[in-house]
Amino acid sequence: MTAIRVRINGGEVADDVPPRLSLADFLRERRNLTGTHLGCEHGVCGACTVLVDGEPARSCLTLAVACDERAVETIEGFAGDPVIAALRRTFHQRHALQCGYCTPAMLITARDLILRQRAGSEREIRDGLAGNICRCTGYTNIVTAIAEAANEIAKEAPNAQ
Amino acid sequence: MKAPPVDYIRPRSLTEALDLLANAGAEGRVIAGGQSLLAMMNLRLASPGLLIDIARLPELLTAADHDDAVTLGACVTHAAIEDGRVADPSHGLMPRVAATLAYRAIRTRGTIGGSLALADPAAEWPAVLSALDAEVILYGSSGRRELKCTEFTTGIFQTKLAENEIIESARVPKLSAETRCGYVKLCRKSGEFANALAVVVADPRRGYWRVVCGAANGAPLVLANTSRLVAEAPRDPDALRGTIGSDLDHASDRHFDEFQRNLHTVAAVRAVQQVLV
Repeated sequence: MTAIRVRINGGEVADDVPPRLSLADFLRERRNLTGTHLGCEHGVCGACTVLVDGEPARSCLTLAVACDERAVETIEGFAGDPVIAALRRTFHQRHALQCGYCTPAMLITARDLILRQRAGSEREIRDGLAGNICRCTGYTNIVTAIAEAANEIAKEAPNAQ
Repeated sequence: MKAPPVDYIRPRSLTEALDLLANAGAEGRVIAGGQSLLAMMNLRLASPGLLIDIARLPELLTAADHDDAVTLGACVTHAAIEDGRVADPSHGLMPRVAATLAYRAIRTRGTIGGSLALADPAAEWPAVLSALDAEVILYGSSGRRELKCTEFTTGIFQTKLAENEIIESARVPKLSAETRCGYVKLCRKSGEFANALAVVVADPRRGYWRVVCGAANGAPLVLANTSRLVAEAPRDPDALRGTIGSDLDHASDRHFDEFQRNLHTVAAVRAVQQVLV
């Protein structure tokens, strides 16, 4: 067991974890943050994407011990986030999900694309989403929803875009 | 699946990391971004006894901008290169490559040193750094040594990295302002490992031309005759295709089948065309 202190969604957490425990299992099983989903567990499907120190990361390919003294954000932590709010709305309007398994990570990835200004065209959005697999939608509605959210955000804060 | 049980330690310095590595023997494994190693552990293809986490060592996170080269610490991430957060010796080639490497959520943690150490034949950095004539700087208990990237990678997942050594940095020569670079990665989906990878660096002021194929059934393959031909700015596409083909055939130990030979030829032709003004 290794002692770690992690900031999760703004709150300080201390725990003892076995080194092999992934960040994803730590979040799901120790913190009950089950919005982070596990698909492939080897970095291909993207369902487990969270933010570590503000940057997207695969929580299945990140050890919980390696997050000692780091800040982690999961889908549960974005309640007041304006970009996620816009995405939540456009995903709803455009029917950009069916089963919802990939959706938390789609939202986190899309938010990162919008904030890094990499959601300017369909091509750019599709490239940026290549690491997040959806088995239901065929992606069309997801891409449309992200493009609309990106436009909304750009209108609200023209200087930021 | 889940990773097998393992011990974990995060040393405070490179020297401490080397001591731990020496004491752990065959059980010890250095982990940086872990974007390949943890996938291999989850698939139970790797089961080290001790992970030595070097990802936060300040001496491996720095990038030094010298007169004639840039030294990139081994734990500089692909995302840092993509975003231009470290000095770029390559006039945009390295950021352009980094942006095609896996997915953003992998690039934020995966490191240039990790990519070199693993030496996946389809990986980008071994081929690109070979094309840039970079050196890999290794740090071991008996001191530092430098190897050309072309010598460092010896085969599929094989390098000259000794058991008691850690990659400290990569030293990439600065290209002159007139340099043109070509880069083509062929894969079915954005972010996948390449089926064929071609990198061209043409720096007439330094008299340097090099064409390298990645995903080439072994270490990055320098196309010697094609490199010489690029210096002459070939206009005849058939001659270019023929020279690339003969370079590929010359590497008979790679056992390219017809499909692969075709893919590598297409990638190399397109990459060369990018540097022809």
